[in-house]
Amino acid sequence: MKRQFWQTASWPKRCLIVAGAALTALLLTLCSLIAIELVAFRSIDMPASAQKSIKSEEKNVALAQGEYLARVGNCAACHSARGGEPFAGGKAIHTPFGAVFASNITPDPVHGIGAWSADAFYRAMKHGVNAQGRLLTPAFPYPNYTQISRADSDALYAYFQLGVQPVAQASREHELGFPFNTQLALAVWRVLFFSAGDIENTPKLIASHAYSVPATGSKPFKNEVERGRYLVSGLGHCSACHAQRNALGAASSDGLLSGALMPMQDWYAPSLHAKEEAGVQHWPRSEVIAFLKNGATHNASALGPMAEVVAKSTQYWRDEDLNAAAAYLQSLPERPAPRMGAAKISQQLLGQGAALFGKYCATCHGSDGQGLQELDALAQPGMAPSVTKIPALSGNRAVSLASSANLVRIILAGGYAPATLGNPHPYGMPPFVHVLTDEDIAAVATYIRAGWGNQAHAVSASEVVAQRRGVLQ
Amino acid sequence: MQACTTCHGAGSTATVGRTANEVYFPRIAGKPALYLYNQLVNFRDGRRHYGLMVGLVEHQSDAALMEMAQYFAQLQLPYPEPQVPPSGTTAAVMQRGQQLALRGDASKGIAACASCHGAALVGDATAQPSIPGLLGLPRDYMAGQLGAWQTGIRKAQAPDCMARIARTLTPEDVSAVVTWLAAQSVPQAKLVISAAPNLAALPMPLALPLPLPLECGGVK
Repeated sequence: MKRQFWQTASWPKRCLIVAGAALTALLLTLCSLIAIELVAFRSIDMPASAQKSIKSEEKNVALAQGEYLARVGNCAACHSARGGEPFAGGKAIHTPFGAVFASNITPDPVHGIGAWSADAFYRAMKHGVNAQGRLLTPAFPYPNYTQISRADSDALYAYFQLGVQPVAQASREHELGFPFNTQLALAVWRVLFFSAGDIENTPKLIASHAYSVPATGSKPFKNEVERGRYLVSGLGHCSACHAQRNALGAASSDGLLSGALMPMQDWYAPSLHAKEEAGVQHWPRSEVIAFLKNGATHNASALGPMAEVVAKSTQYWRDEDLNAAAAYLQSLPERPAPRMGAAKISQQLLGQGAALFGKYCATCHGSDGQGLQELDALAQPGMAPSVTKIPALSGNRAVSLASSANLVRIILAGGYAPATLGNPHPYGMPPFVHVLTDEDIAAVATYIRAGWGNQAHAVSASEVVAQRRGVLQ
Repeated sequence: MQACTTCHGAGSTATVGRTANEVYFPRIAGKPALYLYNQLVNFRDGRRHYGLMVGLVEHQSDAALMEMAQYFAQLQLPYPEPQVPPSGTTAAVMQRGQQLALRGDASKGIAACASCHGAALVGDATAQPSIPGLLGLPRDYMAGQLGAWQTGIRKAQAPDCMARIARTLTPEDVSAVVTWLAAQSVPQAKLVISAAPNLAALPMPLALPLPLPLECGGVK
């Protein structure tokens, strides 16, 4: 009967049947993969006492290394709320799917991770699951941290168990919309977008540091670029901001740091592949290092989210790690940034912008947009060459980005580069949100983007309106 | 310090009285250095929450913030004219405001403003470098701050004496006291601003010349 049906079926019908069977098989495979994601980590026994797994003779070394690695990974940026206890969580990370609240990762046994084993901690880093095997949201950057070596994970574990004060503060429930608040959604997301790091091939970072324990069973990095990749794409999680994301919030699978508007923050994280944006392929190595260490070089300074990264993380990186990260960033393939065709800008708009520039900006930035570069008088000797105290606007990549978001934001809300050893008292940009109208800011931004050889397109008042709302929240 | 002056005013903008912005933004010129420093630290560390201020100071070091505080503490600028009370303000309201400011209300356990902020309500930058003067501040700003202390949005270092006092005030009391304070002219003779203290030379915690009616974390 069946055979008869098959033989009598027309070719189109046969194709449909085969396609249907293939689709069913695919769906079944997907369903089983999703089911595996949901249960894979549920059945693992957790040892009752977490701290037994840290050998006492290694404790101090591991603690120091762990504290350092926590800086490298910038755990505090999310897990320490402003004004809260260190690592007790509670800070909201706003995503397009709702608010995720960073959890308490102090060693409190009830509310924190005090009852977690080193294995459980490692699984969280590598697989994005908590000690009970529940899937964590990818706002926790485990797609980056998955690359961590076991030794580095253990050092972090030692720090969070022994070097951090326990805080009895319950982690706040996420406020995610349906279906993003379900384990099923996270399982689907993982099947589509996540694969765990290949641990066998991960050297441990601490192995190559002077005061690390002897590196047993771990391979050295082949070269500084490989070490830099481990830092930048692993704990450093630079792609969390600098990589483009798809509609479901997954970082682009091409592995590029090609620049993206940061969701919910209205800051544009520029491309690290493009010389028109934040690519450093043509910078001297020392400038790249100085930027990450001091938050400013002679021609650039860090503001907004990057100021936070420097302030809380990269200023503390060891020189060899900064050098490795810089080497990796300089090895990234070059890709030109997409340019918007420069529309004709009216003389009237430019005139309006020029008048505003003369009144509000030229005192500091100079009538030719030349800025001010000087050695910080309080900088430690040898810490830094002269740094930009007032950014030049002429030839400034940050003001000419295709996205006007950062320029408009800085005019509205002002800002300071982070205070660091090499730039201990940075000069600040005043906020103009209460001084200039949307039209004024659009005009002056347009003037800056078209002046002194800059060739970026005009800024409209509507771009300012959207940013103003965020600034005044 | 340019970053501060678009809102808080400086030089020519401040000499002509209040700029549009100074209707809300508080005067910082001539405030005691330690008071200003504490406020900057409080914005950075989560005890005060105005978004623009937080964004500006959040990655600054203690030393950088002290430098800003000292600059403005030494800045001597003329004070604006007193604010005329809103129409309909009764004599009883002004009387209540004056009572709270100068004598307090013992029956409700409310300490007088003058008992900490100085008999002339202009502070004393030498003796009490972490307590600000109250005259010359915008009415709306002071009302906003008392409200923020009542709801816990503004905090000082614990024990937070201003929060305790603010919570004893009724909405009518708040309105009365800020209206009266904003309507006082600043006695120019009292405005002898001492050089900003050198932080390193100050005994920390600072010894207070007079006992305060409440324990205050910010002036320890």
